[in-house]
Amino acid sequence: MSNRQLLSSRDPAPKLKTATAFGARSRKPRAFKCTPGDRAVDIIIGILIVLILLAVMYPLWFIIIASFSDPRSVATGQVTLLPQGLGWGGYELILADERIWAGYRNTLIYSVVGTAVNLLVTLPAAFAMSRPEFKPRRIIMFLFAFTMFFGGGLIPMFLLIKQLGLLNNMWVFILPGAFSVFNMIIARSYFESSLPEELHDAAQIDGLTYFGYFAKIVLPLSTAIIAVIGLYYFVGHWNDFFTGLIYVRNQDLQPLQNVLQQILVANQSQQGAGGSVGQSSGQAQEFADQIKFGVIIVSSLPLLVLYPLLQRYFNKGVMVGAVKG
Amino acid sequence: MTNVQTEEAVVVAAVKRLRAETGSSRRKRLQRHFTRYWQLWIMVLPAIAFIVVFSYIPMYGIQLAFREFDVTKGLTGGQWVGFKYFEQFFNNPQFGQIILNTVTISLWTLVMGFITPVIMAILINQIGNKRIKGFTQTITYMPHFISTVVMVAILQIFLTPGSGIMGRLFGNTSLLGDPAAFAHLYWISEIWQHTGWNCIIYLAALSSVDVALYEAAKIDGAGRLQLIRHVDMPALLPTAGILLILNMGSVLGVGFEKVYLLQNTLNITASEVISTYTYRVGILGNQFSYSTAIGLFNALVNFGFLILANYIAKKSSNTSIF
Repeated sequence: MSNRQLLSSRDPAPKLKTATAFGARSRKPRAFKCTPGDRAVDIIIGILIVLILLAVMYPLWFIIIASFSDPRSVATGQVTLLPQGLGWGGYELILADERIWAGYRNTLIYSVVGTAVNLLVTLPAAFAMSRPEFKPRRIIMFLFAFTMFFGGGLIPMFLLIKQLGLLNNMWVFILPGAFSVFNMIIARSYFESSLPEELHDAAQIDGLTYFGYFAKIVLPLSTAIIAVIGLYYFVGHWNDFFTGLIYVRNQDLQPLQNVLQQILVANQSQQGAGGSVGQSSGQAQEFADQIKFGVIIVSSLPLLVLYPLLQRYFNKGVMVGAVKG
Repeated sequence: MTNVQTEEAVVVAAVKRLRAETGSSRRKRLQRHFTRYWQLWIMVLPAIAFIVVFSYIPMYGIQLAFREFDVTKGLTGGQWVGFKYFEQFFNNPQFGQIILNTVTISLWTLVMGFITPVIMAILINQIGNKRIKGFTQTITYMPHFISTVVMVAILQIFLTPGSGIMGRLFGNTSLLGDPAAFAHLYWISEIWQHTGWNCIIYLAALSSVDVALYEAAKIDGAGRLQLIRHVDMPALLPTAGILLILNMGSVLGVGFEKVYLLQNTLNITASEVISTYTYRVGILGNQFSYSTAIGLFNALVNFGFLILANYIAKKSSNTSIF
């Protein structure tokens, strides 16, 4: 519901009227009468949705059951719908693997510290850019937006990181991406459309400065948008593979994704290229595969858990504002 | 006589005072601006600082594309060599293949990645039951959160010849080593991951369609399909237009990570794209100037496509991003 209020409050005056209109709208419009043609369309749409759901869910389900199954039955194709020959072998090997733990710890640090820095930079900037009386905001916006469409490229960035002494440094995971223009625009649109101007007037009459208004009124009213862009940033840090590949040689600093690449992809690509290696693979290979299924789950789990928790904040108004901005 | 003189003196003095006032009034205005808005400036300054350091300084470093790289001079480079490195790239025997690969992969992804979220949003919007609708959305979003590394690993495990759940179907031939399959592997896995997520924005557009439009269409005798065709699709058009323009800005911008991770010695003829080539000659080969030139060429082409798409969209449908 809140997203609809968000949408309508862009224009504060007719708020009451639109609120009732939206209330009526929340009922799904149903056909007056169902013609046979409509019925057929209904069935086709139903079938398509089921097929899409299966296409998305089955690979994920397969990874889960394969990680608990006997690696030999996975390799020979006996595992299809339910796990075969239950076992924790893969997970035991993962728990014992030092590299994965080190990568996990690094990623956790980079993601938490990085997201905190992201929000500290992005939210105040988005607020300043949302104030209509702040005239320089137009030119600053141009300065920001231009970087979304044009950049220096890989090598100048690499040389800059080198000159700043950020090569093989944990801050390279945090500082270069500290501010995302895209996320700032989302937050700015939210501030512009969901906080009525009267609120700012009232705050001014009560003697609040911009700092006070931002900290005491804007932030408490913006938990939804903080959750949304916080999640965007967090996912970005968690899944970041590029930074570790380009800027970090030190194995102790590598985040989870780069460790995963070493475990999951690097030795597999020879296999994939090798054609029929699958048949000559021995027990070692089967265990290696089982570890892979487990590693995929262990590394993706935090995000897959985090997302449903934050999903209620993902109101559509946030996304619409982003495009209109 | 004296009267005239004093009058003149008064006028001159007034003009002088006026001049002095306008001169300082700019400063005063600036002063007033900062006393009023210094807090907003402080809030936006960190962001400006990050953008200047990590976006504009690298842009300044683009001049390296026209200069010899000099270790002592770093970002700005040494001696001016003009278009030497651009010529080197254009005359490279691999040039045609790299551009072809990049465009093939990105056009497939662009077209398919543009169509599928629209269709999916229309389908999901047709679900009457709120629970089922929410469930469908949650499930289809999920793959979006899988990292590229994991996505590539999943592809590789599934497609392993003989033992992979899908690789088995193709006997002993490996799709991962097949140049003809590369672009398709890329876009299919891409839409599997992101279609659900990318349709959020279309679902938002559909949810704001005025219910009276549906009622009116039904009174005029429109069936389900006609409602989709004549109410839903026009409602999606502006959003779709903007997203298409934005996507056009990355025609030569195939993401580095996934191509790099999927690359192997067998599919390299189809999988070497601009970004991976830049990485190979720049970071691995230390040819900094050459690599910067390729990067600049890439950025300019992308920027050109963006401007072109924006111009066409503005002319034809009044949709534009700037």
